[in-house]
Amino acid sequence: MGRTTVGRTAEQTAEQAVTYRQALHDTLRAEMLRDEDVLLLGEEIGVFEGSYKITAGLLDEFGPRRVRDTPICEEGFVGAAIGAAMLGLRPVVEIMTINFSLLAIDQIVNHAAKMRAMFGGQVSVPMVIRTPGGGGQQLAATHSQNLEVFYAHVPGLKVVAPSTPADAKGLLASAVRDDDPVLFLENLALYNTKGVVPGGDHIVRIGTAAVAKEGSDLTLVAYSRAAVIAHDVARRLEDEGVSAEVIDLRSLRPLDRATVCASARKTGRAIVLEDDWLSYGIGAEIAATIAEGAFDYLDAPVRRVAAAEVPLPYAKPLELAALPDAAALTRVIREVLEATRFVPRRVPSSQG
Amino acid sequence: MTADAPRGVDAPPDLVQLLTPEGERVDHPDYDIELTAEEVRSLYRDLVLVRRVDLEAVALQRQGELGLWASLLGQEAAQIGSGRALTTADMAFPTYREHGVAWCRDVDPVKLLGMFRGVNHGGWDPAEHNFHLYTIVIGSQTLHAVGYAMGVQRDGADAATIVYFGDGASAQGDVNEAFIWASVFNAPVVFFCQNNQWAISQPMERQTKIPLYQRASGFGFPGVRVDGNDVFACLAVTRQALRNAREGQGPTLIEAYTYRMGAHTTSDDPTRYRLADELEAWKLKDPIERVKAYLFKNQFADQEFFDKVDAEADALGKDVRARCLAMPDPKPGAMFQHVYTEPHALLDEEREQYLTYLAGFEAGGER
Ligand SMILES: Cc1ncc(C[n+]2csc(CCOP(=O)(O)OP(=O)(O)O)c2C)c(N)n1
Ligand SMILES: [Mg+2]
Repeated sequence: MGRTTVGRTAEQTAEQAVTYRQALHDTLRAEMLRDEDVLLLGEEIGVFEGSYKITAGLLDEFGPRRVRDTPICEEGFVGAAIGAAMLGLRPVVEIMTINFSLLAIDQIVNHAAKMRAMFGGQVSVPMVIRTPGGGGQQLAATHSQNLEVFYAHVPGLKVVAPSTPADAKGLLASAVRDDDPVLFLENLALYNTKGVVPGGDHIVRIGTAAVAKEGSDLTLVAYSRAAVIAHDVARRLEDEGVSAEVIDLRSLRPLDRATVCASARKTGRAIVLEDDWLSYGIGAEIAATIAEGAFDYLDAPVRRVAAAEVPLPYAKPLELAALPDAAALTRVIREVLEATRFVPRRVPSSQG
Repeated sequence: MTADAPRGVDAPPDLVQLLTPEGERVDHPDYDIELTAEEVRSLYRDLVLVRRVDLEAVALQRQGELGLWASLLGQEAAQIGSGRALTTADMAFPTYREHGVAWCRDVDPVKLLGMFRGVNHGGWDPAEHNFHLYTIVIGSQTLHAVGYAMGVQRDGADAATIVYFGDGASAQGDVNEAFIWASVFNAPVVFFCQNNQWAISQPMERQTKIPLYQRASGFGFPGVRVDGNDVFACLAVTRQALRNAREGQGPTLIEAYTYRMGAHTTSDDPTRYRLADELEAWKLKDPIERVKAYLFKNQFADQEFFDKVDAEADALGKDVRARCLAMPDPKPGAMFQHVYTEPHALLDEEREQYLTYLAGFEAGGER
């Protein structure tokens, strides 16, 4: 049978550059080796090795007892995973894309999220739902959504959204070991991106944002794919004498309000870049958080850069136009800088 | 890891078949069909033409002209047989693979291609063709079909609804809820399941332990398994089920036992998970070859006829290709259209901003 690039890997001990996909695969495998109770459930994850190949080789290695291909019934296998989790197993469910989580939303929101509280703390649901979101792959409106805000809204759930391979590793390990249900958001556009991943056991605590790049003039807040874009834009702005700080949220619930507000207080300007729709989106939550925690320090209103409020078009040029990109973010950054009469510092002439 | 044994080498039990793979007419106690030579030739032509359109679409995708394509290869008889059983008043709800049914509903194939090329969202008017738009979220259309059928029932119209879905979809909650609704309300709907043995890489056994058509009895309506590669049987069985629905006898589940000869979609490689023997076994059951053999044997058609159909198919392929390539890209503001029936303040604002932004480039702005 054909091997994909994400195959079985040697135990990774030293720091090395791997893809986001590889980091997820290796971490899943490591968690399965570490804890016999970790099992995988989902459509096409075994023989087919996952629609995005995150589970490559795991059926061969761990067998059908721990890697289970499910029938096409999202509500069914999420519900079954909840039951297994209540028993003490640690199911890691793959939902092919976050779009199909809508078929399981009752199980996620009404059951996984609430059982612990409603049963007086007597049961817990240590389950992870791994699922990729995001557009830009020409998969049309029902297959390209960013629905994480649905879940980030719900008490009882945790929602994490790594943007780098290192955080993918650290957060997935945390999610698997967490005793509460965690929605682990991946992103279709990130699977092939590369980054250095710490070797050995690497944990990122859920609920902590990262200062992906330090800066003093303005704060860019983002997560997942948007964090990568924000980081690129911030790096380019350095050449123009603008020092942008990038906050990668990493965790949408719990949200690291302290880190976000500290940055906004420091820079006095904040812009959120998000792949989801503007209205009632993650950006709205961040803007409100900053308004509550840093209002007196702001030189300008918080701005949001988000997707056009339309079902995402299938046509490539329209899809690109609907999604927020570096150009859109840069434009808003310039508007904010101009409105606050920002004077760029002198940039030492670069070596070319 | 692959499936244990090639499936479908032997005919499954309870299969309604009227034309054997060798092209012999056989009788069935419950289903019969009288077809003139002219009608059989016409079915043959349909089968060949839809296969040709499908082939062209796969080629276009390979050449980067379509984003994706879900091939119907191997399922032509199930689609043409059931599609030709429909009256103009009947309504059909497809998945994403029913290009043959679309053909029977007089939908220009270029419109299907337009959707997969991303220049429109399915350019046909579902009410004009009584053929709904494609659905990709598995199983959801079965519920829509039941609701539609209940509307027809309420109007007292002389029409039935047919809904297509796959073996994989049969596991979805929506489909099972659709069965319940249809049964309880005696909805005039025909559930047409093309059991093509695979749901991407998952074999039928992953979705069901009993033969699919037997599911119906638990819900309280009849189920029948038809040879999905036999266009005569598909036509006869579907015609009967539609008639029953129109006459107030409620739903039927038809399991068309067939095979997905190609990949799941153009982004899939089935050699990774299924045995070549299986494909070879099903090649012998080809839906087109058996009709050809039947026509030859009975001297209902001569070589000239077959050559003519082949030439027509080639011309159609060329025509579809040319018109596909000529389809204009959608206009930049198009994504704001059709989100709501009426103007919407937020969208108007976003459209305005976007068009101003675009105008900036034309004026020589930088991006
Ligand atoms: C709700 C939902 N879950 C998963 C998918 C991904 N998916 C697309 S096609 C498919 C297999 C469908 O198999 P089947 O119903 O047998 O139809 P076939 O493709 O064989 O015609 C799956 C799982 C989807 N589109 N929608
Ligand atoms: Mg199938």
